[in-house]
Parts: sequence; C-alpha cells; structure tokens
Amino acid sequence: MRHLLSTKGLSQGEAIRLLDIAEDMADVADREVKKLPTLRGKTVVNLFFEDSTRTRISFEAAAKRLSADVINFSAKGSSVSKGESLKDTAQTLAAMGADGVVIRHPASGAPHVLAESGWIDAGIINAGDGTHEHPTQALLDAFTIRRRLHRGAARGKGLDGVTVTIVGDILHSRVARSNLWLLTTLGAHVTLIAPPTLLPMDMSGWPAESGFDLDAAIDAGPDVVMMLRIQQERMNAAFFPNSREYSRRWGLDDERFGRLAPTTIVMHPGPMNRGLEISSAAADSAGSTVREQVANGVSVRMAALYLLLSGDREDS
Amino acid sequence: MSSDSTASTPYLIRGATLPDGALTDLVLADGRIAEIGSGLSRAGATVVDAAGLIALPGLVDLHTHLREPGFEQSETILTGSQAAAVGGFTSVFAMANTSPVQDTAGVVDQVLALGERAGYVTVQPIGAVTVGLAGERLAELGAMATSRARVRVFSDDGFCVSDPLLMRRALEYVKAFDGVVAQHSQEPRLTEKAQMNEGALSSELGMVGWPAVAEESIIARDVLLAEHVGSRLHVCHVSTAGSVDVIRWAKARGIQVTAEATPHHLLLTEDLVVGYDARFKVNPPLRRREDVDALRAGLADGTIDIVATDHAPHPVEAKDCEWDAAANGMVGLESALSVVHAAVVDTGLLDWTDIARVLSRTPARIGRLSGQGQGLIVGAPAELTLYDPAASRVFGRGNLAGKSANSPYLAMSLPGRVLATFHRGYATVLDGALRPAAEIAAVGGRTHG
Amino acid sequence: MARTVLNQADIARALTRISHEILESNRGAENLVILGIPTRGVVLARRIAETIQRIEPTATNVRVGSLDVTMYRDDLGHTRTRTPSRTLVPGSIDGVTVVLVDDVLYSGRTIRAALDALGDHGRPTIVRLAVLVDRGHRELPIRADFVGKNLPSSTAERINLHLLEVDGDEFVSIDGGPPGGEHPDGVDTEAAS
Ligand SMILES: [Zn+2]
Repeated sequence: MRHLLSTKGLSQGEAIRLLDIAEDMADVADREVKKLPTLRGKTVVNLFFEDSTRTRISFEAAAKRLSADVINFSAKGSSVSKGESLKDTAQTLAAMGADGVVIRHPASGAPHVLAESGWIDAGIINAGDGTHEHPTQALLDAFTIRRRLHRGAARGKGLDGVTVTIVGDILHSRVARSNLWLLTTLGAHVTLIAPPTLLPMDMSGWPAESGFDLDAAIDAGPDVVMMLRIQQERMNAAFFPNSREYSRRWGLDDERFGRLAPTTIVMHPGPMNRGLEISSAAADSAGSTVREQVANGVSVRMAALYLLLSGDREDS
Repeated sequence: MSSDSTASTPYLIRGATLPDGALTDLVLADGRIAEIGSGLSRAGATVVDAAGLIALPGLVDLHTHLREPGFEQSETILTGSQAAAVGGFTSVFAMANTSPVQDTAGVVDQVLALGERAGYVTVQPIGAVTVGLAGERLAELGAMATSRARVRVFSDDGFCVSDPLLMRRALEYVKAFDGVVAQHSQEPRLTEKAQMNEGALSSELGMVGWPAVAEESIIARDVLLAEHVGSRLHVCHVSTAGSVDVIRWAKARGIQVTAEATPHHLLLTEDLVVGYDARFKVNPPLRRREDVDALRAGLADGTIDIVATDHAPHPVEAKDCEWDAAANGMVGLESALSVVHAAVVDTGLLDWTDIARVLSRTPARIGRLSGQGQGLIVGAPAELTLYDPAASRVFGRGNLAGKSANSPYLAMSLPGRVLATFHRGYATVLDGALRPAAEIAAVGGRTHG
Repeated sequence: MARTVLNQADIARALTRISHEILESNRGAENLVILGIPTRGVVLARRIAETIQRIEPTATNVRVGSLDVTMYRDDLGHTRTRTPSRTLVPGSIDGVTVVLVDDVLYSGRTIRAALDALGDHGRPTIVRLAVLVDRGHRELPIRADFVGKNLPSSTAERINLHLLEVDGDEFVSIDGGPPGGEHPDGVDTEAAS
C-alpha cells in the first residue's frame, strides 16, 4: 500500500488484510514488551493543520510502538497559518527525511494533493481532510464492530449483513463518509439519519438508506448505532433551531437507548457532547465501545503504518 | 511570406474560405479590407497562402482579466494582448478587478493607453459598477463613459452586485450613455466557502457546494429588474441549465438581456474535480453534463448570445496547492476557438457563420465597440484571423502566450489552430507565430497616430 | 526437474527422531514450550508436540504455539510488504526451554528475527532450534540443534517442502531453480514454499 487516503478506494481484501494485521498489533499490547522493532530508523511526521490531540496521540503511540521516530508538526499557529504553502511545508518534511506523513487538514483532498504532487516521496496517511474522509477512524470502527461480534475469531471476517445506523451531522462528517464506504465494502448495511439540513443534498451515489426519523431507525433494531458529534458552529448557522430541539429529535437519550436491544453496539468517535447527541447512560453502557474505540485506534494505525512503511517504496 | 511586414505593407490573402464556405482572396491595405474577390493581385503586397484556412472576422472577447494594473505577476496588458492575438482575437474587454480597481476615468484611460502601446489587440476597458467592487456605492460610471476609453460595459465581475436596490440603480443609470451592466450572477450567502458544483460529487468529496440556484435566482431577479426599468442586462458566464431556461423565458418576454457562456463551461464537466487538480477550479464551477448540453443548446438557439473566455491568469503558486486554497480561474484566450470548435462545431450545433456571430459581431455590438465585429466586408477595418480547422494538436505550455499556465487543456487533444491574426491591417500572428512586441509596438503606434 | 529427497514416511520418521532427541536433551517433557515459525513451522511444531505426548503419556500438556517473526525481519524495506501471521505464545515462557521449529534453515536470518521476537515475550532459560531441512548457506552464526535432513544444495537450487495441512500433499524435493539465477535475497522459509 503506497498511501492511505480514503476508504472509498479500498477493496474488501485490502480492508480485511489491514484489520487482520491490526489484530496482530492488538496482541502486542498484551505482551511483556509492548513494542516492535519493525519501523526502526523510519521517521513519521504528524502534520496537523487542525487541532486534534486525540488523533495525533493515537498516531504517535502507534508509530512509537513500531519503533519509528515521530516528529509532531502542528501547522496551526505556525508559519504555515501565516501563509507558508502546503508545498513548502511538504518540501521541508522531505528534506528532513520523512518516510511517512500523517496529515490532518481542513481542506478536502489535501492529503491527495500531497500524495500526487511529487513534492515529497513519503507514504501519506489521511488523518482527516475537511469534510471528505477519515479512513483510520472508519477502520478502527470496523475493527471494533468485528471484534465485538466475533471476539477472538474475527480474523479474516467481513461485516456481512451487519446493520449500522449512523446518526448526526452527516453533511459535515468525514467519519460518516469513510464509514459509509468501508462498512459497505465489508458487507454491512448502512442507514444515515440526520435533520434534512445535515444530509448532503444529493446522495444518489451513496450505497446507504437515509432518513430523518431516529425513532423509526431505533425501532428497526440495528446491530450498531453510531452517534456523531454535533459541532458548536452548526448551531449558529441555521442547520437546526437549537441544541434542545436537536437533542429531542436526534439525540440517543435514555428513552431511545432503552428501546435498543441489549446486544446493540453503541459507538461514538469522540469527543462526545454528553446530554446532546448521546446520554451518559448510553455512553457508559455495556454496549458502548467508546473506550475500546480509543484502544483499537492505536492497533489500526499501527497496521496502517506497517503496511505503508515496511515494504520497499516500489510496492503499491 | 515576408518577415519584415509593417503597417504600410498591404496583405494579399489567397484562397481563404469565408465562414459561409465561399472561397475568396482578400486584400488588406491602409488598415481596412480593401478588396474581396477571386483572382486578386496587389503590387508590393505580402502574399499569405490561405488554402484550407477559414477566414473569420477578428474575435472579440467580452470577458478578459488582464490583471494590470496590480497583478502583473499573473498577466500584463502586453502579455494578455499577446495571448489574445495567438487565440485569434483582435479585441478584448478588460475586466475591472484590477488594483487599483477600474472604477475611475483615470484607471480606465491608463488601461486603454497600455493596450494601445502594446498594439496587439484593441483593449477596451470595462468599468466597475461600484467603488472598489465593494457593492456599496456606484462608481463614477458617467465619468468613465465620457473618458477617452468610452466605457459602455460595467461589471463588478468576481463579485455579484447582490444588493437589489444598487443593481436597480446601476441598470437605470447606465441608460444615460447606452451602457450595459454585466452581472456576475452569484448569490453570496448561498455560496459561502463554495468550492465546486453542488451535487452528488460534492457530497462525496466533502466539498462545500455552489448550488445552481445561487446563479439562477440572481439571473431571475436581474431580468425582472431590467424589465422593470427598461435597461440592458448582460449575464456573464452562464453555467447551468436552469439559467438557460430563465434567460430563454426573459427573451421571450422581450426583456433586453444578453448572455455569455465560456468555452470551458461548453466543454468540461465537474468530474474533473475528482483528482483535486486546481487547474479545474473556476467560478462559476464546472457543472454536470446536463448543464453543458443545455448551454450548447442555448448557444445554438440564440438564448446565449456569445462566447466569452473569462481568461483568468494566475501564478503557479495560486494553483499548486490544496483545492480550498487555490484561486478560481483558467486562462482561455489561446485555446478558446479550438475549444468552441470541439464543443459546438464538431458536434454540428453551430457552423462557422455562427462562430463569427458569437465570437465577433455580437460581443462587439453588446459592448458598443466600433471598429470591431463588422465582419469580412470591403471597407471594414482589417480585423480577421485565419484558422486551420483540419489541424489537431495536443495542447501544451508552448501553445500559451500569456504569462500564466493555468490552462485546463494542457495535455488535452484539441482541434484546429490559429495561423494568422490581423489587427488594423497588420499581422499580430503570422505562420502560426506571434510577431515580436517591438515590431507590433512600432506599427501599432503608427496606426494610432 | 524436481527430485524428491523425502517422502511422507521419511518426514514422519525424521519428526519422530527429532521428538526423541528433544526429550533426551531436555530430560523429559517438563518446562517445554514448542513454538513453530509460520507457516509450515507451526504445523511441524504441532506434530512434534503430539509425538512427544505420545512418547511420554505422563507428560502434562506439552505447550505448543506459534511465533511470527515478520515484524522483526531485517529485510522489510527490501521486499514487498509481508502479511504477518498470528503469534500465539501459550502462557509465560520465563524459565522454560523453548524449542523453535522451522521448515528449512537457510541464511539464518529468520531465526535471528525469531530470537529477537522471543525476547519480547519473556526470558526462557534455554532456546533450541529444530528444522526439518538444513540446506546450508548460513549468513549468520546460527546452527540447528535438531535436524531432520541435511541437504547440501547450491544457491541456484530450489527446495520445495510441502506439508499435508498446508499444501494438500507432502514431500521435500529439490530442483534447478531459475536459469543462471539465485533466489532473490536468499529468503529461507519462502524458498520452501
Ligand atoms: Zn465572473
């Protein structure tokens, strides 16, 4: 694998291979020495044009467990935000000998541009670009679902027939887009639930059902309910009247949570707005995978770094 | 052919094909078309063999960004004029979004003078509608109209005159000097942070959409305002099928509205955005196949009056970056005729007579530009271009004559090629090559004397 | 043309002998962990464990597992990305005797990687190495303690080692390999596949 830019381009075989390797990586966390020498001598740069401590430390932990050297380049508030171009930044990183670049950028497609530009030869991992994709988040979500369903026998399996309902700000969610492509590639059925203002205007090319009614979606008995974070800024842009009304219609409150089957998996990519899109009872329930998702994130990112950086650079 | 041709040298063009298909010779002398007919001869004339070439009246671009004054790293009036000549143009209307903005008589006269000094084409300045393009107060429209530049087209292009009252006043006011307001139709609130056409693809790519309704609603409002106050309205770069419908309706109602489509909106579609190559970033954005088809049909049935390039040069760094950060716009002068050829001639929608109309006569008439667009008739100013319709080329950097290379057509195969352009009777392009600036300045200066 | 050097019965005999030798050197089956190196080493390790159990029926559970070495290889940057196999270490290996089992011993680099991997799981008292075939051409100071068959070969030759559980048939054969060429990178376990 040369780069990991999106889940849309992943085949089922590639996705399962990555999830299986993530299982091996997860096993490492149970050993006496929780570190592998695999990427010794390699340099991974975390290039973050947006603040995201959670994602950055997850990648940092993943790279360090594989013995790579990690450089954190927070481009926000640096020369970059004062007009230095992505190109100049990329060429700086190339000169520093970066083997892998983990990029978080507010512009959709920026990782793609970095990968195709020729400015830098490193393997590129998209850690979230604009409202486009966030492939490692989707991979860790798929990994988490697969582990919950199959426990120790998850290797080699897809998510055939699993029903997943994603609820919230689909329009602005790169997590929703990456999950849509990956989960359906793995065989799951995806339903998207949101206020009409927060669904994309044209989803004709999306392999998903969509709707506005969370109660009907809950009563359909999905295997997985994934709640998305509502950003503060949406509340001031007429997407919905106020947080109270949003919570009442599209929040996973105690009453709706109570109607879910006990085996239902409740997910949230974090950070959560407790009491807004998800109640504390739901977030802290046995069905909730919120904390597992964090741990699995490291394993999945180790697998991605391994696949990108271990082979010779001709490998694709 | 002689290489030291000057203004005083007559030209004898042999065996050219007129837009209607007739074969003829033409003699250009003293800046005019002196004779048209077969078997012509002229003592001392430079003979141009035009066998197989179509003679078109010099092309007129109602929508060009020359970037000078203020953005000379992108283009200058000289380099933009050269790009125009290479594309077969003999006149360009220079948009007002320079720095300083072309919102006073002083600035438009400066642009006019720089155009005359370059000498490749007639550079006709457009005046800003509002001071500094800020959309707040009317610029000195009358002063620009009565200046040496005789401005008749007013536009805040790049920005929409979105305030309906201001738009009404501008439409009314320019009636005093037979002016026209050329509107960049883009409802600003509906297009905040917009990056590409809103639709299935923008949903997938996670880009903020530029919805068709943001263009159509402004056009609908403006044609009703134009009707209400009895003024002329020109709609820049129409890009959607719905806009074509609205304009068709307005024309049927007798409203004085004219409209332009760009070559790129007649050929390219939004799926080019997929690779995030910012050369394809333009405003209004590339649209769907259905929109391209509607624009072509509109051009064919006269709903859309003209083709205008919206030539918008940008330096490398404005395009060599992530999509959101990239500038909007494409260069288009050098490729315009070939692109129109591919989009509407090769598809059988327009013939070469139509091309002469939409790229020469009508834009000159909308802009009230004398000395241009008069067609190939004896006594008319010698403004013409010779085009080889049988040629085909992979368009490359070497086909660009302006300062910037942000062409969406690089590495694309395009039909046809401009082999010669004559402006005021002298060649600005000959044998497919641009004549040197010093030579043009010398002969051009004389003809302005 | 491939020449068969061991058939299924030969392989069974060799593994039985190796099992006896392991028991002899360990003085019984106590404190013994047998770890196969994927893919075929794991199959061989399981067979050896079963044989030991058969020979010493009183031995309480001979521990057997797998030790993947992919993440420890020294050639990761020089070949296509390898897909790792599963590591399953049965309980603690501190203070025990570990017998590593592989199919073909060649350059020794796989075993070097296995020793590093093993160290990250604990500290065995003794580590021994059992292989079905030793074809020579070591590049590191590594030797096997238990060998099924010494098979002197040229680097241009190719060793084919098939096992029922993996390949559906079972034999060891040798053939001439690609004309005029060596196997790339002197891969050892892969040379057997
Ligand atoms: Zn415009």
